[in-house]
Amino acid sequence: MKPGYGEVLISEGDPRVREDEERLIAEFRRQLDEGMWAAVPTSTPGSGRRQALMVHDYSDVPPEAERVIFFPRAAGG
Amino acid sequence: MLPALLVLALIAVVLAAPVVLRAARVRRAAGRARVTRPGEDLAALDYDPGRERRAEQRARQLLRSCVNEEEWEMYRDLGFIRVAGSGQQRRGAAARRRAADRAAAPPDPADIPPYAYLLYPHKPVVAFVPADGRLLSEYCVEFPDLTGVGRSRLPASDDVLAKWMALTSDESRVIGQANMHLVGRQLDPARVRRDLWRLAEWERRRAGSQEARRA
Repeated sequence: MKPGYGEVLISEGDPRVREDEERLIAEFRRQLDEGMWAAVPTSTPGSGRRQALMVHDYSDVPPEAERVIFFPRAAGG
Repeated sequence: MLPALLVLALIAVVLAAPVVLRAARVRRAAGRARVTRPGEDLAALDYDPGRERRAEQRARQLLRSCVNEEEWEMYRDLGFIRVAGSGQQRRGAAARRRAADRAAAPPDPADIPPYAYLLYPHKPVVAFVPADGRLLSEYCVEFPDLTGVGRSRLPASDDVLAKWMALTSDESRVIGQANMHLVGRQLDPARVRRDLWRLAEWERRRAGSQEARRA
């Protein structure tokens, strides 16, 4: 998420392909180093309930995740 | 004749002096503001209404793809989203199974979370008690872009999604970052109560139309 632009695609690839995964990891770290938070939208089968999973490391990303959303970290307003 | 003109000129200078001084002071203050807040000027120059509108459209699509159908329709129709407090999640598995089993049945008091939040775009998060509509507190939280210059505000729907993701994934962390106040500091309590009433009416109508569709 970016002010003035909304959703911006940062990087995409197949994590099962080594080169893609390295690129995804590098971008993931760069975003977190810039102070962003990362979350993966998830759903609970059967209930229709949806929620997000905050990820602090690339290894925390569920294998079935289709996307990771980076957004500015929260601050007191 | 000449002395009279000189006296008149002197009087004119004396009368005009305060006006000229005031104008100079205003200009100097504006110059100082330009020096101390360059980002704001850049932001003003950088503002493009078309781009902002497209950003908001993209943000709405992203929000819709992340939240469930009920939450999306709530935001579309009412302009805010209700999120249950984590008390619901702690005792949740059994309650969620029950909810899935009897989605059409009236809500069981056991399924009502002890507290919940209303998420408004670019406004504080409001905590309330769903059982009786009591307003608890407002949490002032924002998601400022710290990486670049220029605009630092997310599109409205991205702001709601950021709150939703932060609250549903790590409620204690985001609440810990927020500044907590009694309701009324930024939001009008009467307006929030009216929104809770609108939400109750909206849920009643939605349940009715879903029942009619099933029949």
